[in-house]
Amino acid sequence: MNHAKKSRGLWYSVLLILALLPIIPGPLQGPFAQHVLVLILLFACMSQAWNILGGYCGQVSFGHSVFFGIGAYGAGMAVVTYGLTPWPGALAGALLAAIVAMAISYPCFRLKGHYFAIATFAIVEIFNRLFMVWYWVGGALGLDYPIIEEGWKNFMWFRTKTQYYYGAFGLFIIVFSFVRWMEGHKLGYYMRAVRDGQEAAESLGVNSTSVKLTAIAISAFLAALCGAFFVQYNLRVDPPMVMSLDMSMRFVLITILGGLGTLWGPLLGAAILIPLQEYTRAIWGGLGGGVDLIIFGILIILIVTRQPKGVMGFISWLANRSRAAKGGDE
Amino acid sequence: MAVFFQVVLDGLLNGMLYALITVGLSLIWGVMDVINFAHGEFLMVAMYVSYWLGFLMHADPLISWIASGAFVFLLSVIIYKLIISQLIGKPALSVLLATFGLSMLLKNICLNRFSPNFKLLSDTYLGGKVIPLGDIILPMPQFVIAIASLAVIMYIYRFITRTKMGWAIQATAMDRDAAELMGIDTARIFALVFGIGGACVGIAGGLLPMYMPVHPEVGSLFSLIAFVCVALGGFGSIVGSLLAALLVGLVEALVGFYVAPIFKYVAVFGIYLIVILIRPRGLFGW
Repeated sequence: MNHAKKSRGLWYSVLLILALLPIIPGPLQGPFAQHVLVLILLFACMSQAWNILGGYCGQVSFGHSVFFGIGAYGAGMAVVTYGLTPWPGALAGALLAAIVAMAISYPCFRLKGHYFAIATFAIVEIFNRLFMVWYWVGGALGLDYPIIEEGWKNFMWFRTKTQYYYGAFGLFIIVFSFVRWMEGHKLGYYMRAVRDGQEAAESLGVNSTSVKLTAIAISAFLAALCGAFFVQYNLRVDPPMVMSLDMSMRFVLITILGGLGTLWGPLLGAAILIPLQEYTRAIWGGLGGGVDLIIFGILIILIVTRQPKGVMGFISWLANRSRAAKGGDE
Repeated sequence: MAVFFQVVLDGLLNGMLYALITVGLSLIWGVMDVINFAHGEFLMVAMYVSYWLGFLMHADPLISWIASGAFVFLLSVIIYKLIISQLIGKPALSVLLATFGLSMLLKNICLNRFSPNFKLLSDTYLGGKVIPLGDIILPMPQFVIAIASLAVIMYIYRFITRTKMGWAIQATAMDRDAAELMGIDTARIFALVFGIGGACVGIAGGLLPMYMPVHPEVGSLFSLIAFVCVALGGFGSIVGSLLAALLVGLVEALVGFYVAPIFKYVAVFGIYLIVILIRPRGLFGW
């Protein structure tokens, strides 16, 4: 009970801090800092969506950029091709992403280990190349947004990024409160059971296929919503921007860095990796190319070899140590 | 009809190149259960070694493949000692991500040092030479790579199946703990296997500048194609990955010519998915 109260306290204080961040005067003001904050929240949500399938359910997919991309194209097509608001497009994209995810993954879940990972690589490449020549969705040129009225109706703003921040914050509340609810719900237990021992879970009557399908459908749905936000933020979309292996890798990396299969892991991972990526690019990006990504590559190697359980693993190690130092209350 | 045979020939020659790149990855995967995401970047490094030897010292790729093979062999062993050895026995995802970081690192070091421009050796001995075979032509550089590929694969096959060291590698692949109890230094075997895997792409990359320009992104697609060939051929099967590479080369050439170039990789990855769904362990896997 005490634990539950503590976690609720943490949850509301994080929400409060995030809600106040753009208002607090200081170094977080200014367009670049706000841009970084928006990206942190967006990528925290996206990685959390990946985490539902990869962390809680144990199915490591590198194909999530496809679902991200479908969501992005959903919103993009609604605005650019049909002249609607992005909202119905985002919803349609999210539903379509969930359906596509279930259709693709149903046969792929039979594959084990590396075979599943490579199959998801192949799926990203196929989608990327098909969207490149599919002229109905803009082909290789992508979709460029028209300049239309700003505001929540069209979900675009041109002068400040504060509204984008609160848009991302709304997305954050949806995704993270869902995962928080799921952690204590039957579905969350089933998913972890499938991850930790599929045969054992099946022998106790868990239908592992339907659990995995539910997980990927939810995961893809949320990923597509994040994609819709991403396109509204960038005001353009083309296939390499959203449906690339690098994009998929970023979701995986952020989750691993923060802590796989934990609620706060994706937020912590994004809060470390995104500023690093944006500031190294801002500082060294002009040095003839590549320096930011060299540093990024070294960092990935260091994280994976030194701290494979991520920041959350480090925190729980610290907590255990301080509990032991206090003198072992069991 | 001549066009058809020409397309088939080009596809098979390309397939032999894929086979040479794949065989190293297949060996690493089969013995160590590691997916090396930086495999294509090893190829790129080898191409740069060969290119610079040719550009600065006028060494022909026909000779400098030895240097680039040796260079990538050493590079792989060092990378094994520094990074991969710490991740053996950890979840498969860790190695994959570490090698992804490595690929990013190598790619961007080359981008930073050598610029993103395409670089081609223009005055190689075999560059542009062809052998006419009736209506069709056999390009010499590709033919040399195909022969090198066949020779390397046969050599590795013999090495694995006939020598004491090869038996030790097989034993390690079957059961690492048991092999260790029999007195095999498995850490050394792993370093050697990773090095041999690197040397294979090193040789391929050393010969490639005869007809393919070098640039920092050149390896990315080869990585993916090598993954597909390994998985298509079957877990750790050298013969399987050779045949899968030929199939991939053939499909790529035929679809690229008769359908549209943009669809060639869609077809390759699509066929891979179909095969893998029918036979989850690949065409020749057990």
